[in-house]
Amino acid sequence: MRHDHLIDTKQLSRQDIEDVLDRAAEIDADPAAFGDRHAGKLLGLLFYEPSTRTKMSFETSIKRLGGDIVDMGSVESSSVKKGESLADTTRVIEGYADALVLRHPSQGAAKMVSEFVDVPLLNAGDGAGHHPTQTLLDLYTIRENAGLDDLTIGIMGDLKYGRTVHSLAHALTNFDTRQHFISPGSLKLPRSVRYDLHEAGANVREHTDIEDVLPNLDVLYVTRIQRERFPDENEYRAVAGDYRIDLETLEGARDDLTIMHPLPRVDEIAPEVDETDHAKYFEQAHNGIPVRMALLDSMLEDQ
Amino acid sequence: MSDHELRVSKIRNGTVIDHIRAGQALNVLAILGIDGSDGEEVSVGMNVPSDRMGRKDIVKVEGKELSQNEVDVLSLIAPDASINIIREYEVAEKHRLERPEYVVGILSCPNSNCISTEDEPVDSKFEVLSDGVRCEYCETIIRDDLAAHISVK
Ligand SMILES: [Zn+2]
Repeated sequence: MRHDHLIDTKQLSRQDIEDVLDRAAEIDADPAAFGDRHAGKLLGLLFYEPSTRTKMSFETSIKRLGGDIVDMGSVESSSVKKGESLADTTRVIEGYADALVLRHPSQGAAKMVSEFVDVPLLNAGDGAGHHPTQTLLDLYTIRENAGLDDLTIGIMGDLKYGRTVHSLAHALTNFDTRQHFISPGSLKLPRSVRYDLHEAGANVREHTDIEDVLPNLDVLYVTRIQRERFPDENEYRAVAGDYRIDLETLEGARDDLTIMHPLPRVDEIAPEVDETDHAKYFEQAHNGIPVRMALLDSMLEDQ
Repeated sequence: MSDHELRVSKIRNGTVIDHIRAGQALNVLAILGIDGSDGEEVSVGMNVPSDRMGRKDIVKVEGKELSQNEVDVLSLIAPDASINIIREYEVAEKHRLERPEYVVGILSCPNSNCISTEDEPVDSKFEVLSDGVRCEYCETIIRDDLAAHISVK
């Protein structure tokens, strides 16, 4: 991959994606061979909102490559609280590290920081915007289980605020895929994502009822519907119940359906589904390590 | 010069923005950040008869020449407008508006969660689409009533 920064998946070509996934597969096959590839390299972690798993995943990945981290720590205890701008903070910390990882609650944060820093920057989630490294591990999991061409995928849940959904939908336009989006009316894809999918000539349908598409799906990607998106509890309950997968829902599904979820889940996938061959979400989470290792490996190669 | 245009007084140095869509003159002033508080001399003609447009608005500002940025945003809300820069009572330059690729620092993003609305050292930046504009940072698309998103300094 020949990009300085990874801000969103729109910047990735099919070749870029395949390069990362191929390298991840190589790492998966023989992790030890990559153990000292980046000895002495430092990855700067700037997490402006708590995300233990994503942060640990980056930490593990750089350490498995022989490198280490410099960590800004929690926002509460840093100068951020004293009103220092994000642009200033990152300009200082880029002097300490060979690459930066940014997680921030505001949309467009990574895009803005990329205008200020010279070291490679990885967007690890910016508000309701993008989450490209999640998408790469999603694609890795999809490729292993269902392949990336001639693929029918359903993406269900909070499509409006779900940044993993936005990044995945963009990335899938590089492949021969049919994308079905299933959500309550109030949580449909945002206008900007629809605009891009249309521009990319993507094969896209929108639904409110999972039963309409389930029998056709190779992959069902489930995301969480958050309570705080609804003005009142009853409205949330009514909606959430319609977007829950259990064994009964799955009676209409193909035997080889792959079910994914970026985690953490609340109750949108019943625990009984975990025991079926459909459930790939824990495997998906584990794939974060080889995929992030592959990404860091390629970004640090020229540093 | 026609009788109608005479209704708006001549200016010595400044800008005449003509052929503004009827009803948009006040938005044009908003873009220029002109509210009279700096003592500028401003003449506004609204719903003036026009051969080309039926009715049009016209704005004349003494002592101000528009910047390219201002012209760019103007093109979004008054695409038919023509701009005459006046020096010593003569038309020194005539501009037709062209849609820019981006407008910078003039519109503010309606997404309160957008990084460009926070206290960061960046200007807002919008890509101009065929039917609207799009925030370069959070990607929010604005299609209607751009004038409502103009941030007057
Ligand atoms: Zn924005």
